[in-house]
Amino acid sequence: MIKVMSANGAISEAVKMCKPKVIPVFPITPQTTISEYLAKFVADGVLDAEYIRVESEHSAISAAVGASGAGVRTFTATSSQGLALMHEILFVAAGMRTPIVLGNANRALSAPLSIWNDQQDSISERDTGWMQFFAENAQEALDFVIQAYKISEDHQVLLPSMVCVDGYILTHTVEPVDIPRQEDVDEFLPPYEPISYLDPKNPMSLGTFTDPDYYMEARYDMQTAMDGAKDVIRRVNKEFEEVFGRKHGLVESYKTEDAEIILVAMGSICGTIKTVVDYLREKGEKVGLLRVISFRPFPQEDIYQAVKGARRIAVLDKNISLGIGGVLFNEIKAKMDVNASGFILGLGGREISPDHIIEIIEKTRNPTETNKINWIGLKEEE
Amino acid sequence: MVKDESPFMKYLRRDRLPTIFCAGCGNGIVMNTFFKGMEMAEVDFDNLIMVSGIGCSSRIPGYVACDSLHTTHGRPISFATGIKLANPEHDVVVFSGDGDTAAIGGNHLIHGARRNIDITVVCINNNIYGMTGGQISPTSPKGSYGSTAPYGSLENPFNLSGLVTAAGGSYVARWTTAHPVQLSKAIKSGLENKGFSFIEVISQCPTYYGRKNKLRTPIDMLNWLEESSINKKRADKMDEEELIEKIVVGEFQNKPQPEFTDKLCKLLEEQCVTGKPTSIRSAYLED
Repeated sequence: MIKVMSANGAISEAVKMCKPKVIPVFPITPQTTISEYLAKFVADGVLDAEYIRVESEHSAISAAVGASGAGVRTFTATSSQGLALMHEILFVAAGMRTPIVLGNANRALSAPLSIWNDQQDSISERDTGWMQFFAENAQEALDFVIQAYKISEDHQVLLPSMVCVDGYILTHTVEPVDIPRQEDVDEFLPPYEPISYLDPKNPMSLGTFTDPDYYMEARYDMQTAMDGAKDVIRRVNKEFEEVFGRKHGLVESYKTEDAEIILVAMGSICGTIKTVVDYLREKGEKVGLLRVISFRPFPQEDIYQAVKGARRIAVLDKNISLGIGGVLFNEIKAKMDVNASGFILGLGGREISPDHIIEIIEKTRNPTETNKINWIGLKEEE
Repeated sequence: MVKDESPFMKYLRRDRLPTIFCAGCGNGIVMNTFFKGMEMAEVDFDNLIMVSGIGCSSRIPGYVACDSLHTTHGRPISFATGIKLANPEHDVVVFSGDGDTAAIGGNHLIHGARRNIDITVVCINNNIYGMTGGQISPTSPKGSYGSTAPYGSLENPFNLSGLVTAAGGSYVARWTTAHPVQLSKAIKSGLENKGFSFIEVISQCPTYYGRKNKLRTPIDMLNWLEESSINKKRADKMDEEELIEKIVVGEFQNKPQPEFTDKLCKLLEEQCVTGKPTSIRSAYLED
């Protein structure tokens, strides 16, 4: 059934159909409507879950870890400062191998205070052991939540997932979204079966104190799970396509086969880039887009396969690791031998227009200095 | 000066006006009463630092032409503690709401009170998360409606003034925006108190709380605040049943206690070879 809704609405619909049992959530712009939609679903009885109005994001994720540790499917959502406040517990959730799914409305981090979009918040949590999937539109937001549960709960993975949607651009604009049938979701995503959980009849401890004899092995297991998650994601994508007819992957290649210049980016900006690619292709220019969907696990093989034939690539970052530059750019440079230029854009909600994308392509075609951090749309001092 | 202009306009940053506050918001009344209380307490405006967290009330310092620090959600009392310790001679005022002080920053509130550090906290309690669009807060009355409680809140609200009194605040008062005169006097007393002062202002949010709770206009809300209020002296003689849906107003605590930075400076004077630290502000004045 097609319904017109925002990405926040789509995430909430997906959560409803995935039937989590506990939802601890704290409102924060621009995630807030997710917490409101879910509150209504629970109050109306269409979603049989415990909805906890916690007092902070730190409490939200802590309650989610507790619930997941008790062996039930769990959901929470946040944004920006809220995700940063969760930082401590994000490591705990991953380390305890709790397959929580979190919706993150990507927003800039303070200071200066900004409620507008960039991707600094989730990118800054890249080392926590959470998988991160970046949606381009509301439909993907819905699809990725359903897939995220299946991937996270896979016994080979057991790591939490973050479904990232660009704040305002996706969270507060509406578009047609195909809502799957509940029977299909039930078939695709059976009830959660934990392999181990807190059970008084069979006591165990989660997250106990480890001496130097054990800690490294726990981290090694998580890295192994993260590596193995790539195959699980591919398999889940395939199963999803069979049931719902929509194809997703670790990356999406858009007109890259014969492209001389390929742009690499994540999230909603890819919609704009596709329009520019189509426009330039009509003029005979061989450009393409490689969209990174899974930022963690990082699909370096898939990225390399898609971009290796290009003469030059441009990597677009809506984040900056101060002191080195865009994170996606630097990870690509670290993992593969490509001629890449890095661009920082859209921080704190700075507008990105098709002209900016054309500017990036021009600068990539004739680079002056490849290690330079290129700022797009920056107001330079006169 | 424009004719009929508020005498307090001199304290505001004109270039930032108009404010973001909704029509009928209680924040304007609180700003007005604060300046009145500040003048009555003879606080030097140049010596004032305002600190705030996140929320509608936390936007107030941004409109005031004094030094200010706009910080993260729930933490203004922690930032204010740092300012006060760096230079105990400053008058440090926190503007905050029920989301900031009762929810995410509840811990900082009770520890500020416990230490009795000389900070004045003005907590504008509108019983709802206004800035994010009307979700239930820890002070929302039981049964009140919010966007995260479409059939009414089931939880017990905090009695914030009672909480701060129990935690050790040395001046605690609660008034509503329907009591501007008493509120100014409480702010005066709070600023004069050398210690942790907490002034809770029950305020109206007609946009969210009012609209969701059948109090559609600011006038309805102010009437509700006035009619529901009952003075603490009278309330103390009443039982719990009689106080349901009442707002107890008045002074909860007015008992000066040794103040934290005073105690700390005294310790430094006695034990530290460098003696009591000279104020940082004086370093700037020497330039």
